[in-house]
Amino acid sequence: MKNFDIIWKTFLFLLLAFVSVAGIAFPIVENPVHWYQFPMIRGLEENAKIIFFHVPTAWLTVIAFLMSTIYSIKYLRKKNLDDDAKSYAAAQLGMVFCILATVTGSIWSKFAWGAYWSWDPRQTSIFALLLIYGAWFALRSSIESEDKRASLSAVYSIIAFVTVPFFIFVMPRIMLGLHPGSEEIVDGKVVQSASPVIDFKMNGNMLLIFFLSLAAFTILYFWMWKLGYKSLIYKDKIQKQISRG
Amino acid sequence: MSDYILKADSVAKNFGRRLIFRGINFEFSENGVYGISGPNGSGKSTLVKIIAGLSSPSEGKITHIHNNNEIISEKLHNYIGFVSPYLVLYEEFSAWENLEFFAHIRDVTFNKGKIETLLNDFLLYERRDDLVKTYSSGMKQRMKFIFALMHSPNLVILDEPTSNLDEEGKNTVYKIVEREGKENIVIVASNERSDLALCGETILLEKFKQ
Amino acid sequence: MKDLILRYAARLYYWKNLNNNIGKINSYMNSKAFALYLKDFRSELRTRYAVNSLAMFIIVAISVILFSIGNEKIPESLTGGLFWVVIFFSAMSGLARAFVSEEERGTSLTLQLIASPSTVFTGKLLFNLILVFLMNIVIAILYSALFEEFVIRSFALFLLTFVLSNIGLAVSSTIIAAIISKAGSKGTLYPVLSFPILLPLILTSVELTSNCMLGTTFDESKVLLAVILCYDVIMLTASYMLFDFIWKD
Repeated sequence: MKNFDIIWKTFLFLLLAFVSVAGIAFPIVENPVHWYQFPMIRGLEENAKIIFFHVPTAWLTVIAFLMSTIYSIKYLRKKNLDDDAKSYAAAQLGMVFCILATVTGSIWSKFAWGAYWSWDPRQTSIFALLLIYGAWFALRSSIESEDKRASLSAVYSIIAFVTVPFFIFVMPRIMLGLHPGSEEIVDGKVVQSASPVIDFKMNGNMLLIFFLSLAAFTILYFWMWKLGYKSLIYKDKIQKQISRG
Repeated sequence: MSDYILKADSVAKNFGRRLIFRGINFEFSENGVYGISGPNGSGKSTLVKIIAGLSSPSEGKITHIHNNNEIISEKLHNYIGFVSPYLVLYEEFSAWENLEFFAHIRDVTFNKGKIETLLNDFLLYERRDDLVKTYSSGMKQRMKFIFALMHSPNLVILDEPTSNLDEEGKNTVYKIVEREGKENIVIVASNERSDLALCGETILLEKFKQ
Repeated sequence: MKDLILRYAARLYYWKNLNNNIGKINSYMNSKAFALYLKDFRSELRTRYAVNSLAMFIIVAISVILFSIGNEKIPESLTGGLFWVVIFFSAMSGLARAFVSEEERGTSLTLQLIASPSTVFTGKLLFNLILVFLMNIVIAILYSALFEEFVIRSFALFLLTFVLSNIGLAVSSTIIAAIISKAGSKGTLYPVLSFPILLPLILTSVELTSNCMLGTTFDESKVLLAVILCYDVIMLTASYMLFDFIWKD
């Protein structure tokens, strides 16, 4: 078991290292010839590389939220406090990734669109997600009893989850926005964008690095989550032992 | 044989990771007065709330059966009469208004005769139109009994029934408990010896600690 | 001919029965929830807590905005947004009372003993719905009187927006009120928890309000109205399903 741990942790380290190097160092040229060169996108040039880091963080914050809600549902059915710990660990990571996504997003926004923040629907959604996480932690810290804390935060997490589809799918489609997939102004009129929600203007090897990055960050997330909830459960048990004397 | 059966199967309760009690099993199928006793903090109020459906057990289940049909939790509230030190009535309304409201929201007919009899039994008839805000703690305790009995429940649960009551109040309660015990199932949770003297089968909660 | 009459009569009989049964179900559910609403209404009449403080809050909120603007002229689009700001904060001031008052006085236990969770939620929702409508009508009247830039050009559209948004506001506010009633620091937590949940509703309503002020046709705003309707239905369903877990210990 221990050996297997070392193997996949090393693999993860190598993968992340490769992705970071590839993401940052591989040059962007007009006409890519070698396998380690990326194509140029007008207006973005070097900054396109942020896509390797921005999209995974946004992806992970949503995954973390989804997992937090799933374990909330599990808690409400079985009332097992371990599920609550899992939900909490997922939310902690989700909050971190949400902050990262907002920050990398606003950096990219400055280069691509000229301003750090423009209340584009996607930007508004990530901000709303940040507010949801913040509210969730605030709710938890205001409840003393463990059971009540777990059930109420589980309910809130499910209610918040129900509003998320509105942000992800509905708002961008109906409001003006900068991300691909929102309404655009074409010839002075507001039209539904023809481009899909996620637009891949990347060639083969860029796509490869992108998906590798996605996979690497996801594995990293699951590892941190496992560590997180296990330490929460142990801490709880130790505190109970101490108070019981 | 009562037409109401109360069953507990391996009921346990934890608060967080702290164990309150476990392994509670019983079946009350005869009319009568049953007791739950134990020192303070042994979980009497908790067990009583679980029986009344106000709290869920951490393990096991409580089953209520009436005329051989199991009662689902949404409908349970009209079969149960509950008195507890934690119970509070609406103080901005009079006793009579409180009772009218309870009848309407329970969707049972407001049986004027029965209510007046109960008010007389508990010596509150003269004060029925006064706001509950003006009642003494003893009067509020007696009001709780009227609240518990007005809809003729099959299961009467009394948690610390004689708290705040003087000698006369206690005697009234004992009289009513005995009367109800003949036709329904009554559960008394208390550590007062005089309360427990009325009870037949009694659950001693300190035995279910481990 | 006789055949046709018989078939027609049978169909009529079927529909009449169906309507009767639906009426019976409605009255069964509503009479208990309605009794709870009536109790809250009568309690309000006696003590006048919510109405007084809510009315004052609305006046204060609008006054603060008026004073901050001073003699400046504000763009039309801004008035639409500010309208919903006033509505949001007034809702936060007045809608938590439905559950918080029961919890603070200890009568939650009483309600648990006399009604099923769905009856309690329906009763409280009814109370908050009526409160929201009254509150928002007052706000709308005051607002259009005091802000001359706030001119509604498509009145029918505004009415529809008003009704649908108020329902959504009431439903979300009620379920969040139920959550915070069981937590500590209830007052400050209420807007914090409600805002993210209400955000889709507020954004869409603001957009629709500017449409109303610009005089957009109903056709062009169809999608936005559909979004609010979806929001209402989804929040209502989720609230009923989750309320049991909040209410029971």
